[in-house]
Amino acid sequence: MSTASPAGPPSGTSPSGPTPPDTSAGWRGVATEDDDDLSATASSFLRGRSRQLLGELLRPHRRALWVLLGVILVQNLAWLAGPFLIGVGIDVAVPALLDGDPWPLVWTTAAMVGAALADTVLRYRFLIGSGRVGQAVLLTLRRRVFTHVQHLPLSFHERYTSGKTISRLTSDIEALAELLDEGLDGLLTALFSVLTIGVVLLVLDPPLGLVALLGFPLLFLLSRWFQRNSTVAYRRTRQTIAALIVQFTETMGGMRAVQAFRREPRNDELHAQLNEDNRRAHHRAFWLIAVFVPLVTLIGNVITVAVLGYGALRVMDGDLAVGVLVSFLLYLRRFFDPLQDIAMFYNSYQSASAALEKLSGVLEERSVVAEPVDPTPLPSGSGAAAGEVVFDRVRFGYGAATVLPELHLTIPAGQTVALVGATGAGKSTLARLAARFYDPLSGQVRLDGVPLDQLADADLRRAVVMVTQESFLFSGSIADNISFGRPDATRPEVEAAARAIGAHTFIAALPEGYDTDVRKRGGRLSAGQRQLVSFARAFLADPAVLVLDEATSSLDVPSERLVQRALQTLLADRTALIIAHRLSTVEFADRALVMDAGRIVEDGSPADLVAGAGRFADLHRAWADSLV
Amino acid sequence: MTDDPTLETTRGRLSALARLWPFARPYRGLIALTFTGALLATLTQLVIPLVIQAVVDGPIADGDRAGLVPLLALALGFGLAEAALFFLRRWAMNISSLQIERDLRDTLYQRLQRLPIAFHEGWPSGQLLSRATTDVSTIRRFVGFGAVFLVVNLITCAIVGVLLVLTYWPLGVAVLITSIPLTAFGLRWEKRYNAQSRLVQDEQGELATDVEEAVQGIRVVKSLGRSRLVFGRYDRKALRLHDLQLVKVRTLAQIWCLFEFHPQITLAVILVGGSLAVGSGALTVGGLVGFVALFTVLLWPILSLGFLLAQAQEAASACDRIGELLDAPLTVTDSPGVRPQQVGTPARLRFESVGFRFPGAGAAILDGVDLDVAPGETVALVGATGSGKTTMTALVSRLLDVTSGRVTLDGHDVRDLPLTQLRGVVATAFEDATLFSMSVRENLTLGRPDAGDDQVAEALRVAQAEFVHDLPWGLDTRIGEQGLSLSGGQRQRLALARAVLGRPSVLVLDDPLSALDVHTEALVERALRDVLAETTALVVAHRASTVLLADRVALLEGGRITAVGRHTDLLAEVPAYRELLSSESELGGSANLGDLSEVGSR
Repeated sequence: MSTASPAGPPSGTSPSGPTPPDTSAGWRGVATEDDDDLSATASSFLRGRSRQLLGELLRPHRRALWVLLGVILVQNLAWLAGPFLIGVGIDVAVPALLDGDPWPLVWTTAAMVGAALADTVLRYRFLIGSGRVGQAVLLTLRRRVFTHVQHLPLSFHERYTSGKTISRLTSDIEALAELLDEGLDGLLTALFSVLTIGVVLLVLDPPLGLVALLGFPLLFLLSRWFQRNSTVAYRRTRQTIAALIVQFTETMGGMRAVQAFRREPRNDELHAQLNEDNRRAHHRAFWLIAVFVPLVTLIGNVITVAVLGYGALRVMDGDLAVGVLVSFLLYLRRFFDPLQDIAMFYNSYQSASAALEKLSGVLEERSVVAEPVDPTPLPSGSGAAAGEVVFDRVRFGYGAATVLPELHLTIPAGQTVALVGATGAGKSTLARLAARFYDPLSGQVRLDGVPLDQLADADLRRAVVMVTQESFLFSGSIADNISFGRPDATRPEVEAAARAIGAHTFIAALPEGYDTDVRKRGGRLSAGQRQLVSFARAFLADPAVLVLDEATSSLDVPSERLVQRALQTLLADRTALIIAHRLSTVEFADRALVMDAGRIVEDGSPADLVAGAGRFADLHRAWADSLV
Repeated sequence: MTDDPTLETTRGRLSALARLWPFARPYRGLIALTFTGALLATLTQLVIPLVIQAVVDGPIADGDRAGLVPLLALALGFGLAEAALFFLRRWAMNISSLQIERDLRDTLYQRLQRLPIAFHEGWPSGQLLSRATTDVSTIRRFVGFGAVFLVVNLITCAIVGVLLVLTYWPLGVAVLITSIPLTAFGLRWEKRYNAQSRLVQDEQGELATDVEEAVQGIRVVKSLGRSRLVFGRYDRKALRLHDLQLVKVRTLAQIWCLFEFHPQITLAVILVGGSLAVGSGALTVGGLVGFVALFTVLLWPILSLGFLLAQAQEAASACDRIGELLDAPLTVTDSPGVRPQQVGTPARLRFESVGFRFPGAGAAILDGVDLDVAPGETVALVGATGSGKTTMTALVSRLLDVTSGRVTLDGHDVRDLPLTQLRGVVATAFEDATLFSMSVRENLTLGRPDAGDDQVAEALRVAQAEFVHDLPWGLDTRIGEQGLSLSGGQRQRLALARAVLGRPSVLVLDDPLSALDVHTEALVERALRDVLAETTALVVAHRASTVLLADRVALLEGGRITAVGRHTDLLAEVPAYRELLSSESELGGSANLGDLSEVGSR
């Protein structure tokens, strides 16, 4: 890897440069990060973007959504019938009953039961229907973000960091799921019933309705105040909990270092501080609810008393029936209760919309290393590559730093090339370009004469495989991990690959051999063993071009020697590009290249270069001295 | 999950809540206030229906306008009181429950930091995190809300039930009887819903593992072109999650519908029964109205019962999970009465018939290791992969404790030294260079916050880590996962600088130069020699070049030290050592090697 990390800010940023956003605490250090404090235009842009994403996600369900809208409308009417019918019962049925006519009571009761049945059935239909749409949308979103992230180039992953990508795909999508779970339907019904009840009140008795709606402007202002403040407050809680989680995971992940360096007391302090920040942030958010909910209650109660007083006077004047007054009071209760719930749901709503913003941001990332729309097949026709790799006037850099100024290199099919040079000379960059983890800024990298960016991904990956220093193992058995190189490989083939690379002995010694789960206790492998497994994986993949980026660095000498022996047979008829800082690997190469500052400064057979007076001879001398 | 075992474990588990008492105790006044506020607020809600009843039966029936005023004033007063009590409850709850949450999380974190490495090796950090975040928050919600309303709602149910029976007993009894099946169904459905929620959560965890691997292993996936395979794996789980969610949605819909349907039917029953009663003169119109209003007050306590009980169960199992961590034994601690001992710089480090086996593992990793490192001496530790070298280094600073024998510093068993002293005199650089999301300076001075600028500069020089000065904000640049990412070699040099900072009495280096290129390695070695001359050091080495830093080499084989001596002597005399470290073996067996070695040794 180069010294100028691709994730870093452009070189030349002086310490007095643009003020970094995050300087909250000295110990954390300074970093450029995308933070939540956005300007008004930026946040309205974000909202537009996530609204667009939401639109795209919902479009396939348009018809279902219209049906659901109809269902909830009718259901609301059925639900609203209850209090009205009670009023009718008191005003009409009871007097009629007193007059000896039971029928109005029967009809009213039947209507109530009917309304209740309709309400229940429709509500069930709505809940199931909206649940289906919601889960379908979540599934689509999960698939879409996952596929998208997988296709984004390595440069994205290096810049965005794995932690952030993972939280997009887990906690952010779960925030949306939680909103669906916890109350999107409640929120919708609440908003809906507030509107319909308002209308019903005005229709039932306009003067009394007006009194009831007196509180509206106040409620409106109160909600606005709450919404504004809690947006800020909840955003803060998300920041504080994120900081707390970082502190926690890093402490647990680096426990050896923490304990060996007596970091515990200082960590206690830092954690206590972050924990207290988090408490304060939550306190602020909850305080807003503690003010909002009682005020809504207060307004509701005052209005109820006003309606009761005014209504009682109108009843006494004979302008109003008692039943209507009772219906009114019941409606008022149904009006104010959901308003309090809205305050509760607001947090889930907030986190969900923040999550949607971030997700839409990731989905907007375009792959700069995209698969060609109309790929060119490899000349051999069979889909198998011969393995000739050509770098033609390739220029590449990360940000402003140029790593490869202009590189020409032709590697004939079947040649094993070793790349040496100091850190930052551009060796890994060359390797990554060969595997098309990046595209060159200008010039072309060609495989068998076809530019890499015109090859279908499947062809490219079958032809070129790269093994890196960090050997990642997936959960599952060792055999699963090896056959990742060729999923249809049989067990004997898997074992043959392991044998060829010298990994069989240690695998056979594991408690469950090839079936040992690499994530479980007892299956924990050393760095060297992991490298052997990933070698076996590459061996099984059987590519025409093999790129090894310091792939043997963690092996002890006997294992490395085994791997090298295996490589000699493995590489006999294949193109290979090998980066190693141990020159022993170079010895069996057909050709060695010395790189310096992105240029190839020496090129020849290892023996010739050693015998010469160039840098390779220097390097070799330094290395040989180190062996004495 | 079948019903009965769940019930059984539930009963057993609720007692786990007792564990919360020490944390709740300091805030018991506030908790009492929360409880009182909640209870009084619920009771004031009862007043408004009663006033409505009084208004209908009194002033409206009698046309008594003046009589209206005191009743309205009463209703208004109680309306105000209700709002004030709401506020009081939430205010007190916020303070107490958030502080309990904070205290619990701090305690948990502090405990975890002091649990031995052997414990941490058995626990994935994701598990620990979910306990410190999700479980702790679950407890906070229960303390601030569930616990309070569980009690308050039961009291409310009792009071309202009595009032309903008092208003008109036949109807009151009828209403109470209809609420029994409601409660029963509610509880059962809630239990089913909880079991389904747990399935959903588990599946979410599975899915998260897939996501993590797909993202962290992106290089492998891309390099082998296995996106489709990985997506297929993920998609199967995502689909299963989708199906489980739909099952959960169905149960939830059933609960909701029951809870909507029942009160409406009950209202119809009340209307019929009430009308008949009014007809027969047993009940006034106001009485009927009040009855309806009282019944609406009763609804929430009944409906919430299942939900609150579920919350209590969740809190109890959260307590259990946290308890597992708080109860885990602190096996690596100061034994009683330890006092700081005289340890020189450099100190003498001895392993005396040291044995080590991981708890639960069959075979011992180390079995009778004897090694004497004289003050100021550097001993390289050589052995095949998996021979126990790293384990042996962890014994010096008691990251792991020996299971037999002892490790001594200047003659003192390391277990007789206070941990803070021991870990002050022993500094370690680990194989995987752990860096935290903090400034470079904070990362370097991890163990020595009092280190001066000149000491930091010296350590950076020794480790050839002066590149940090070229970072955008120099020593103040944040590095690690949340900051600037560094290459493996850069990380390793920083970890080395951290270890040599402040010149410890004993330096333990676990393959400290593996990720460096030849040039840098040579530079680091040159600078490191000065440091090693003044300190006792144990260096794990895979390469001859690293071995050459040492005065003597110890070969670790089959759990014991089988040979100790100078590199050249061991090469000449010990075949196993030659196998591991000779220059020929590193050069492999290719044809031109003979010449090359000659070139090298010229």
